[in-house]
Amino acid sequence: MCIAVYRRHGLAGLIVRHALIWLVIVFALFPVVWIVSASFNPTNSLQTQQLIPRNPTLQHYRTLFTDPNVPFLRWLLNTLKISGITAVGTVILCALGAYAFSRFRFTGRRTGLLGLLIVQMFPQMLAMVAIYLLLLAISEYIPSFGLNTHPGLILVYLGGAMGFNTWFMKGYFDTIPRSLEESAMVDGATPFRAFIRIIIPLARPILAVVLIIQFITSYGEYILASILLRGTEMYTLSVGLRFFTQEAYSRRWGTFAAAAIIGALMILAIFLPLQRMIISGLTGGAVKE
Amino acid sequence: MKRPRLSLALVKVVLLCLLDAAAIWGIILLGVRGSYALLASLGIGTLLINFVSFSKRAYPLRYLLPGLVFLFGMVVYPIVYTVYISTTNTQTGHILTRAQVMEQLGQRTYAPTEARTFSSAVYQDEDELLRVLLTGANGELLLSEGDRFKDIEPDNPLLVRDDQGTIVAIGDFQLLNLGGLYSVLGQLETELFAYGDTFLKVLSVREFTEVLPLYAFDETTGVLTNLETGVTYEHVEGTFTAPDGSVIEPGFRVSVGARNYTDILTDEGIRSDFLRVFTWTVLWSLFSVLFSFAIGLGVAMLLNDPYIHGRMFYRSIMIIPYAIPAFISALVWLGLFNTDAGAINRILIDLFGSAAKVPWLQHPIWAKVMLIFVNTWMTFPYMMIISLGALQSIPSGIYEAARIDGASGLQRFSRITMPLLLISVAPLLIGSFAFTFNNFTVVFLMTGGRPPVLDAATPAGATDILISWTYRIAFQGVRGNQLALASAIAVIIFVIIATISAINFRFTKALEDVHRGV
Repeated sequence: MCIAVYRRHGLAGLIVRHALIWLVIVFALFPVVWIVSASFNPTNSLQTQQLIPRNPTLQHYRTLFTDPNVPFLRWLLNTLKISGITAVGTVILCALGAYAFSRFRFTGRRTGLLGLLIVQMFPQMLAMVAIYLLLLAISEYIPSFGLNTHPGLILVYLGGAMGFNTWFMKGYFDTIPRSLEESAMVDGATPFRAFIRIIIPLARPILAVVLIIQFITSYGEYILASILLRGTEMYTLSVGLRFFTQEAYSRRWGTFAAAAIIGALMILAIFLPLQRMIISGLTGGAVKE
Repeated sequence: MKRPRLSLALVKVVLLCLLDAAAIWGIILLGVRGSYALLASLGIGTLLINFVSFSKRAYPLRYLLPGLVFLFGMVVYPIVYTVYISTTNTQTGHILTRAQVMEQLGQRTYAPTEARTFSSAVYQDEDELLRVLLTGANGELLLSEGDRFKDIEPDNPLLVRDDQGTIVAIGDFQLLNLGGLYSVLGQLETELFAYGDTFLKVLSVREFTEVLPLYAFDETTGVLTNLETGVTYEHVEGTFTAPDGSVIEPGFRVSVGARNYTDILTDEGIRSDFLRVFTWTVLWSLFSVLFSFAIGLGVAMLLNDPYIHGRMFYRSIMIIPYAIPAFISALVWLGLFNTDAGAINRILIDLFGSAAKVPWLQHPIWAKVMLIFVNTWMTFPYMMIISLGALQSIPSGIYEAARIDGASGLQRFSRITMPLLLISVAPLLIGSFAFTFNNFTVVFLMTGGRPPVLDAATPAGATDILISWTYRIAFQGVRGNQLALASAIAVIIFVIIATISAINFRFTKALEDVHRGV
């Protein structure tokens, strides 16, 4: 902390600074407050919503879970399933790959690392046309992994998650001293045993970071899900939520608000308590805190 | 290294045997269907797995292979395939391969002028298999067997007649009534039955007619002849085209070289769309990054001040916009920016009167302002966090020295804080620029590229960025799905992103890590 940069402020200075901070807070919370209010507002209309609802109600939340025309619960479960499986799969596959890159010396290792570094720079969604055609082709042979299926989407997500996360985990594995495994291997453990018994427990923080970041990423992914999922029943929340807003947006505002809040809370509940960990991951460790 | 336990080794062998068996079955299946590319990849994949499982030298691959399969299947291959599609004419009407189209055309028939017609009756057994009995003009009988018809004698013992002489059953097959007939008609219509050297197909519910193949294809000259009209069609860029310009649908996929790229550069309509979308994409990323960084850095400097109380509390609140998934924030803001009923216009009208009603979604400039505003809101917390981290890493001694030398607050900021801050933050800013460049979610969910541009040659609205334009060309075009053109644009975006990343490499030490062999 660089105390010397700042001096004790006069009263005016303090007021100005706090005023600026509160200005930004108003900016940050403006839509949040508005949408929370809308979700409790008895009116379902954009036009007549008041910031402070007169007769607050839970009606919109009830609609979400009871109205058969609103498959909100299905979308939410779809999303949790897809993001959860993708996150766990990513951790397992990337940990294996990162261990090999970190601990073994083999021909093609350097090329592999460079390839990984280059591949992870390209956003997977740019290849959306090819991915669409690929899943269309898969549909012909293995329909349960093709277009409009959750396993198909999970495969696509897993592929997209490999590059960055393997690279990211490898960096962490490099910091774990080798002497621990070496002594285990002297005692007769295979490299795989050393990986499971020594590396994995020591690398728990990075595994958790990758798990959470991948979960959040898949949860919010829109473009590929919207191309690959066709039936309303198959939608994830990101594709489905849009349908509250398509026709008669202004007359389903309250229901939409309730859905938005539940959808956001899922992520906020993970993000806010673990923000330090997540941010260190998102900035790729470039910023130390 | 200890020898693996025998039971484990056995499990491994058994699993591999099962896998290989499944692979061989798949290879046979693909061979029958003639999908040789898939067959080859399956074969190579299986060999690789076997090699990796037994070779000592390939031991590291046992860890790498599972991830690599996904990386290659879902990232590397799609990228290569994107480049390939961009050199073809793949679009609605040209999705199928040549072989698939030839097979379709081979199924087409026409009824010659003096075609014989037959009255038909359909019979069904308990397994819902069908047989068709045809009666010709002279009372001759034809019975279907698989996909052919054969003559059958009227006194064949299989034929069961009722009192009126109607044939009500053929062996186990019972005559279908009209309702049953309609339910199987769809299935029968798709079938072409051979009879001698001609073909027979459904004409109406109770009639079959004699037909002939419509097209004859000459492999050596590549000419397709319509046998009914005698018109010849030559193959022009994936479409069989007659001398008078008429074509046969569907066309097929052929290579067109670099034409999609030259179209983007030279075709006036596409080029002007491209330039307009590209310019806006750059401006959108630039302004989003600039504004969010300005606000984020400003807040970071306020919150880095040890004399401000409650800094942790403020920080936690300000991070909320970043933590909410973008697809939710975008839709929430869309409601607030609604021109007629949204909260923002209602507040503006309350403050400044009804003249302040802003057409956020209808006017190109205001729509752009709205998008940049929303994206700034979403990303300023990220900028705040990275700035806070960077500020804290600047050694305080420098500031003391500057103060003793009499540097003003502004000078300290511009000469010390900014340069030192940018060293660590610049790569993240460039990364953020690259991300915003492709930030499909915000643009697509809020404006969907609208408002439309009237003289656009492609589906390119005023607020479309390159990636949303690509999406709309590929999946929402008025003229069908122009997948090849969309792929060409995607490749151009790839090149832009690669350039940005190459620049970014200079700032990071990732590449050094590779070269040092860490």
